[in-house]
Amino acid sequence: MELLLATAVGVLTASGIYLIMRKRTFPVILGLSQLTYAVNVFLFATGRLAINQPPILNKYAEVPYTDPLPQALVLTAIVISFGMTAVIVMLALSAYLSSRNDRIDLTEEPGDDA
Amino acid sequence: MNHLIIAPVVLPAMLAPFIIMVIRHHLDLQRVFSVAASVLLLGISFALMGQSLGGEIQTYELGDWPAPFGIVLVLDRLSALMVLLTSVLALPIVLYAIGSGWDKRGRHFHALFHFQLMGVIGAFLTGDAFNLFVFFEVLLIASYGLMTHAGGTRRLRAGVQYVVYNLLGSTLFLFALGTLYAVTGTLNMADLAARVAEMPPEDTALLRVGAVLLLLVFAVKAALLPLHFWLPLSYANAPLPIAALFAIMTKVGAYSILRMYTLVFGPEVAVTQGLVGEWLLPAAMLTLAAGAIGILGSRDIGRLVAFAAVSSMGTLLIAVGLFTPASTTAALYYMVHSTFATALMFLVADMVMERRGPEIKPRTPMPQSGLIASLFFVGAIALAGMPPLSGFMGKLLVLQASWPAPERAAIWAVVLIGSFVTIVGLARAGSLIFWKSHAIAAEPDPSPQDPPEIDTAPEPSPGLTFSAAFALLAGLIALTIFAGPATEFASATAEQLFNPDHYINAVLKGGEK
Repeated sequence: MELLLATAVGVLTASGIYLIMRKRTFPVILGLSQLTYAVNVFLFATGRLAINQPPILNKYAEVPYTDPLPQALVLTAIVISFGMTAVIVMLALSAYLSSRNDRIDLTEEPGDDA
Repeated sequence: MNHLIIAPVVLPAMLAPFIIMVIRHHLDLQRVFSVAASVLLLGISFALMGQSLGGEIQTYELGDWPAPFGIVLVLDRLSALMVLLTSVLALPIVLYAIGSGWDKRGRHFHALFHFQLMGVIGAFLTGDAFNLFVFFEVLLIASYGLMTHAGGTRRLRAGVQYVVYNLLGSTLFLFALGTLYAVTGTLNMADLAARVAEMPPEDTALLRVGAVLLLLVFAVKAALLPLHFWLPLSYANAPLPIAALFAIMTKVGAYSILRMYTLVFGPEVAVTQGLVGEWLLPAAMLTLAAGAIGILGSRDIGRLVAFAAVSSMGTLLIAVGLFTPASTTAALYYMVHSTFATALMFLVADMVMERRGPEIKPRTPMPQSGLIASLFFVGAIALAGMPPLSGFMGKLLVLQASWPAPERAAIWAVVLIGSFVTIVGLARAGSLIFWKSHAIAAEPDPSPQDPPEIDTAPEPSPGLTFSAAFALLAGLIALTIFAGPATEFASATAEQLFNPDHYINAVLKGGEK
């Protein structure tokens, strides 16, 4: 289980970083969302892996439980990254529509659109 | 509990949706509310400042959850200073935006502006690392909107880069927080500090990784070399009054470094001993150098000021990176100075750009050239750190604080040569823009096919823009005149920062009450 999860985080991060190195906006955005998946899974794992356990302490018995805090953190992170992805898709679209070019780097001389 | 602590976060958080939902179509009402809220914010910040002067650390527990479990806001001298700095900066900028008509060139300027203030102030007040992340996101989301305000191809494309870079930074922030949580089991800063201090140094590799990751995140925000590449491009392409507001955004990074690496991973913590200063100091020196070289190489005035912002962040981070009480005093003084000076220069750059376009080359003289030239002159003096303004005092304090450090030769060389190069670069820009233009006007225009194609109509109410710029200048002058009390306050703040026990006790004991 640990190995599976760690591999998933690693693969997602690696492919995310690879895609971010691309020059066009679409792969970059895909890469960013893969990175956010990776970080979400990673955040889950920071509370240690416990499967099929309630996120509640039991004061009558020593029962295993899963840490609820990372789940709350992941929820926040998912909401934020989802919103951010929407923002950057809109920005990239409007940049593409106004320049007819979806390269992410700015190569032309400055000052042509002051 | 003192509810005033949360007021500077709640006020913009309530106002901004109100502006969007109720008075979206009434620019005049928006302006009235926006200015009124900024004035109110200023009042609140002064009250908070007054409360923090005594040195007592106050906490505010959100939802009345006790400290390590709920989120706390903490008001100490440093946060009070930063909140005050933000609101002092906000008022002239909102006035400038109104006076120059920037706020009607796109939609939702005032709403985004107040969301941005909310994020910045929240980041300064929070005592919880994850909450810090959330406020970072709030200020970033607002800044994405402000950065691309009024549109334009180049601005949008620069905006995409800016957003991508910051999304990467946010992801890194989450990785850092996850690592810290996995090791310590808490994200409350005071609780983190208490637990990190108790950790046995032998099995804390993961904790050190977390600490360095966190430093990287803050370095992205503070535009530390080699993570500064986003800054010149984004600031030069953003609306320049917005770039003036962003002067406080890089300070959020510097603040976070100062907070986390004095409180949690302080100089006495065995686990991360020397880890941060060792990396921060050379990087800060390189940042200063890169900024100064950038000033020399800039061909338009927006980039010029953006690189000046980078180099002043370099100076600031040198002082931060020394991590002694004396250097922190210098850093705090210089932080206030550089915020005002950078913002002033961005406003001046905007005035120049509106009247004659961004290029640093001679053109026919613009209206109000004399007044703008004198503002540029004074701003350049402040930014370069020449006497008599506060930049000189700030740099002097930094140099003085670095004297006991072993790296003093390097620091002195970098700061002094950097200042010299900055002076040369600013003088070159100023004489090309303001003096050579008169030389051109005297003789007939040799190239009639190249008229200034930018519309040179002055902004709707230049009086307001000039009073905003002069207000910032007044801030600089006040900082110079009251340098004594200001450094006393800064050194009291530094003392508070280097005794993290007070902070930890205030936060964690607040929970037992």
